[in-house]
Amino acid sequence: MFWKDVDILKITFPHMGNIYIPLKTIFENLGLEVIPPPFCTRRTLELGVAYSPEFACLPLKINIGNFIEALEKGANTIIMAGGIGPCRFGYYGEVQREILKDLGFNFEMIILEPPQGHFFELLNKVKCISNKKNNSVKDIVRAIRLAWKKALLLDQLDMESFKTRPIEITRGQTDKVYNWLLQQINDIRHEDNIDNFKTKIIKAFSNIRISDKATIKVGIVGEIYTVLEPFVNLNIEKQLGELGVEVSRNIYITDWVRENLLPAFLKPKDHTKMLQLAQPFINCFIGGHGQESVAQIVNFSKKGFDGVIHLLPFTCMPEIVAKSAIPRVSQQYCIPVMTVILDEHSAETGFRTRLEAFTDMICHNKEVNDFAKVHSRN
Amino acid sequence: MQKYTLGIDVGSVSTNLVLLDEKKHLIKKLYLKTAGNPIETIKKGLGILHEELGDVDIFAVGTTGSGRQLASILVGADIVKNEITTHAAAALSYYPNTQTILEIGGQDSKIIVIRNKTVVDFAMNTVCAAGTGSFLDRQAQRLGIPINKFGEIALKSHNPTRIAGRCAVFAESDMIHKQQMGHSIEDILKGLCEALVRNYFSNVAKGKEIRPLILFQGGVAANTGIKKAFEEQLEQSVTIPENYDVMGAIGAAILAFNHIVSRQKATRFLGMDIAAQNYKVKSFECKGCPNNCEIIQLFSDNKLKARWGDRCGKWSSTIAV
Repeated sequence: MFWKDVDILKITFPHMGNIYIPLKTIFENLGLEVIPPPFCTRRTLELGVAYSPEFACLPLKINIGNFIEALEKGANTIIMAGGIGPCRFGYYGEVQREILKDLGFNFEMIILEPPQGHFFELLNKVKCISNKKNNSVKDIVRAIRLAWKKALLLDQLDMESFKTRPIEITRGQTDKVYNWLLQQINDIRHEDNIDNFKTKIIKAFSNIRISDKATIKVGIVGEIYTVLEPFVNLNIEKQLGELGVEVSRNIYITDWVRENLLPAFLKPKDHTKMLQLAQPFINCFIGGHGQESVAQIVNFSKKGFDGVIHLLPFTCMPEIVAKSAIPRVSQQYCIPVMTVILDEHSAETGFRTRLEAFTDMICHNKEVNDFAKVHSRN
Repeated sequence: MQKYTLGIDVGSVSTNLVLLDEKKHLIKKLYLKTAGNPIETIKKGLGILHEELGDVDIFAVGTTGSGRQLASILVGADIVKNEITTHAAAALSYYPNTQTILEIGGQDSKIIVIRNKTVVDFAMNTVCAAGTGSFLDRQAQRLGIPINKFGEIALKSHNPTRIAGRCAVFAESDMIHKQQMGHSIEDILKGLCEALVRNYFSNVAKGKEIRPLILFQGGVAANTGIKKAFEEQLEQSVTIPENYDVMGAIGAAILAFNHIVSRQKATRFLGMDIAAQNYKVKSFECKGCPNNCEIIQLFSDNKLKARWGDRCGKWSSTIAV
């Protein structure tokens, strides 16, 4: 067996936004060496595109790029998520394993299959492999708890930056604070240091000079990978922030972990309730986050958002189904929705044009409505 | 002295310049081929305006189109606006009752839905450029037909063939197949018009409610065959504004005019003589990270004016634009 031939297990995993921080935390605390892939760059994309089937969606390609770059750096064990339902993602781990083996890499791949508590199966696996350090259940729980708390901080960090970026006076200030805090969260070793970090985040952001400019609120929904990975969505959150838009996502890292990696009994209960909002447009699970996308558009509309942007990778089946329902959702709930399809070719200018046009439209409509309101009162 | 507002639309295929007077009436329009060199084309356009009108007082400047940032740096624009907003602004100034705009340009096609004089929805082609100007250009070229005769010839057809419009590659091979089967050119061209319009409705305009008044703008509106196909499939009449080919530039000018009036600011226009200046673009590949971004630097008379193209902001932030 592979593991018998290697002395040290060097773990890697695909990138998806900031998820590398909690993942790294777990494995490092279990005494394993972690080699996260270098951040996604054009090279990652080029490697991925070169070795992936043409008609697979962008996440598979970027994953392949990530894996190759991590294996080059010396990683020998890949942790990958599996999946269920009509979305092809469930099969990506298997396909990727074959592609990488064909390329001649020597490695082991562990695929985490949702939904039923396979997380513990993984930990058992890891425990068996890493017999150099015998982790007790207590150790494992501690590692997970630390990672979980980091994930919560990361989500808080994102949310704070969404609020500040559109109204910062000096452009780039939010990004600076964000990156500084991100590094610190990454470096935290002990749980004791985490609890007061929340206030630290709030304080750091409150030091950014802001204007009292009016902002518009736009929600981002869609396929999870394109929503969470800034390299793939061309930094949509940052771009919108610079256009004066306060963004919000339908999904954060912690949500994804809750829904995909945790055992069923730990899953959030409001999730099912939220999904019901997709009725009568999409009444059942259609794979991926298709049903969620529709439900969240309704949710954003109810929360008083001014618009929603729907993201999907080219050829994403569940989101294509959602897309066809969106015009009716948009009409019934009176909320403008723009769908953006992302692929390796996404030209940045065209993307920017659409974002600008969308925000222009919302701002203008708001002005007209406010104007009408003032006049009808008189 | 008469004051003019300048509007510049730098598109993939054409670069359009317009001058409006104080009543926002069109005084002069230029439709130039971008020919892969927007800087030279803008300079040429300004040179022509300068030559024909002499020293004019420019009150405001607006730029739009995919090259709007570049144009803005070059001429010193007061506003830089996306094509959707400018096309809608221009359409509403000529036809206040417009409810739908069909716009097909060189590289993209869009639909803009307007209600009560405001844009309420829009869509642009996402992953496919079939049916846009460049594709029609290419097909006309392949068949040896001047592009301005395309529509005229298509209208002669009584029995259009069916061509797959899903994808530019399929459409082309389908056309070749039909041509080898012996179908007449008229029937093939008409079939192509129908296919492209079908593609537009199932792709760009999908799920949008199309209500009159319907305007058809952009360079492709010159093609009467496409107009006819739109009318047949919509079962409604489609209006082509007089200046259909420069609506983006007109919109940019109108928005710039309004901007300057409402802010009571002076224009940032750098003057007509920029046409005489020597502009150079140099690019290099940044080796700071594996992104290998191509950094583009704009020099005016050997002085660095602007830099862009980097993902991280390392270069673009070092110089004020």
